[in-house]
Amino acid sequence: MQSSHLVISHVSIEFPTRNGPFKALDSVNLDIAKGEFVSLIGHSGCGKSTVLNIVAGLHQATEGGVILNGKEVNQPGPDRAVVFQNHSLLPWLTAYENVALAVKQVFKGKKNKHEMDDWIRHNLALVHMEHAMDKRPAEISGGMKQRVGIARALAMEPEVLLMDEPFGALDALTRAHMQDSLLEIQSRLCNTVIMITHDVDEAVLLSDRIVMMTNGPAATIGEILAIELPRPRDRLELAEDTRYNHYRAEVVRFLHERHGKMSSTTPQRNTSLKAHATVQSIPPRQGLPKTSGVKCDIRINVSDSAADLPRNIA
Amino acid sequence: MTINILTLTREWRLQVLAPLTRLFQKETRDDQIKSFISLAGVPLLAIIAFLLLWGGAASHIDTSLGKVPGPVKVWEQTLQLVEEHIQERAKEQGFYQRQEQRNQKILEDNPEAEVKIRPYTGKPTFFDQVWTSILTVLTGFIVASFVAIPVGIVCGLSTVLYRALNPLIQIFKPISPLAWLPIVTMIVSAVYISDDPLFAKSYVTSAITVTLCCIWPTIINTTVGVATIDNDLINVSKVLRLNWLTNVYRIVLPSSIPMMFAGLRVSLGIGWMVLIAAEMLAQNPGLGKFVWDEFQNGSSDSMARIMVAVLAIGIIGFVLDRLMLMLQKMVTWDPQAIIR
Ligand SMILES: Nc1ncnc2c1ncn2[C@@H]1O[C@H](COP(=O)(O)OP(=O)(O)O)[C@@H](O)[C@H]1O
Ligand SMILES: [Mg+2]
Repeated sequence: MQSSHLVISHVSIEFPTRNGPFKALDSVNLDIAKGEFVSLIGHSGCGKSTVLNIVAGLHQATEGGVILNGKEVNQPGPDRAVVFQNHSLLPWLTAYENVALAVKQVFKGKKNKHEMDDWIRHNLALVHMEHAMDKRPAEISGGMKQRVGIARALAMEPEVLLMDEPFGALDALTRAHMQDSLLEIQSRLCNTVIMITHDVDEAVLLSDRIVMMTNGPAATIGEILAIELPRPRDRLELAEDTRYNHYRAEVVRFLHERHGKMSSTTPQRNTSLKAHATVQSIPPRQGLPKTSGVKCDIRINVSDSAADLPRNIA
Repeated sequence: MTINILTLTREWRLQVLAPLTRLFQKETRDDQIKSFISLAGVPLLAIIAFLLLWGGAASHIDTSLGKVPGPVKVWEQTLQLVEEHIQERAKEQGFYQRQEQRNQKILEDNPEAEVKIRPYTGKPTFFDQVWTSILTVLTGFIVASFVAIPVGIVCGLSTVLYRALNPLIQIFKPISPLAWLPIVTMIVSAVYISDDPLFAKSYVTSAITVTLCCIWPTIINTTVGVATIDNDLINVSKVLRLNWLTNVYRIVLPSSIPMMFAGLRVSLGIGWMVLIAAEMLAQNPGLGKFVWDEFQNGSSDSMARIMVAVLAIGIIGFVLDRLMLMLQKMVTWDPQAIIR
């Protein structure tokens, strides 16, 4: 077994509440390869943000832990940049200054002033925000704010990019636009990404794998769906692709089943389907620039028993 | 030019003057008249009504010093006070001129001679007292802010410190600073001893009294402002691993500025009110002493002169508040923040 890039290992968490401890997550296991794009999907309140915050180091797991490049994660850091749901830019700084704050912090002593300036502009250009870089958050639209938030996260050159419903607050058109931008950036930079989303199309379009979580309390991973669509992906072409529609239907079916079970008193736990990556044979992405210097075709294909994963389509 | 005046009046929130400055602009006459009536006309009417009411009521109240002065009498006394001030300044100038002439003569006779200039010790005029009060309140206020803002920030950041200091703050807050006055006076007399004091004792006492009442609203507001920073911004700071100082400087301070300034404005307002009372009580130089002296004086003009002082207190308080507002607008980042 190869040592993985990012391992979420037996993570459980209990929050202390007035009515005693509340177990939000129960034994979440997930291996993520370098350069992989993983979506977390599940009903609201099931614990997606909690998983992300544990990986970010903002929450501490009660049991288990997160290992990044062989080292345990126990505090937040710029190697795991977070794009928050509501942009969380500092309102008193311009777009440029917001990115600059991160760049100055991460590249202190590594880049000189001029290089930092170049790097800030480069990242703002990646998200097509150069034209508004001297504007404050209050002066730009929601989509633009989210772009700056992404630029800020990318500028940290993180090992893992964590995104908590990054486009949740945007209108459909802006969202589609942002998804295309993200696809393009991802194909260039090959970041490892964990993204939380509510949007089934978004998950299928962007992800290498979709991790579907069971309902809380004591939520865990229900099913993992590998999306074996070739990249680069194009939303218009995919719309007519039968595999695309099949994946879509799979996710919808999962969510719908869970929705039915929400009302039952005992939370459904699918122990047999906990946290196994599927055997994958994803074609390497095409058109990757050599300059990116990031190897992203490493895939960790772990499967303890293929019988546990009946619904994954080869 | 007109644009400048317009923005200036807007910035100073002197909206009353806006229609006047707009007269320079090419606006339609109807619009001008309408905005003049609504912006300047209404407050003007209210002021006229107030003056009439005051004049009418005053002439019906008899006191041991005669009738309560009406607006006209108060205006006469204002001019009188200005006159007195000018005379006093002329006297002072003459005093120094005479000394200088004398010294020059001595130096001509004997270049080695040591010459001195004795300070003028005339009675402080009304405007001297006004100036003393303004200086005192600003000193007390600035000292209080320098103490209260750091304490508030630390309290807001650390739950432990907040729990430790909160009871003390809550107990000290409701104490009238006038109750502190005797203690402050005694301590200043005992501790602040020097042959050539930079500041007069009375000045120090008054300033400390102001400080004592200015501290609490600022501490409390800063604490609340710091403690209620958006959780996401705190997470940003954590992810970036900002150190303590950078965190305070880049995240905590800017986001708590609106609350902080609300506290500062309340502080300055209270400080100004308390100062006048303290000056009356302790006979420390300032507007309060002027009022008290006139009260003791009991001449037929006294009541009118006191009223001049009372109006001055109000106007200065108003101007101080507007200055704070301007400062607040200069440092605040949120264009939507409604500041009144
Ligand atoms: N700090 C906390 N204290 C107590 N309970 C929490 C805390 N954070 C999250 N929870 C609970 O954990 C569950 C999962 O929350 P979350 O991860 O935010 O869900 P979502 O999947 O919608 O992102 C919810 O029931 C929530 O109430
Ligand atoms: Mg969430």
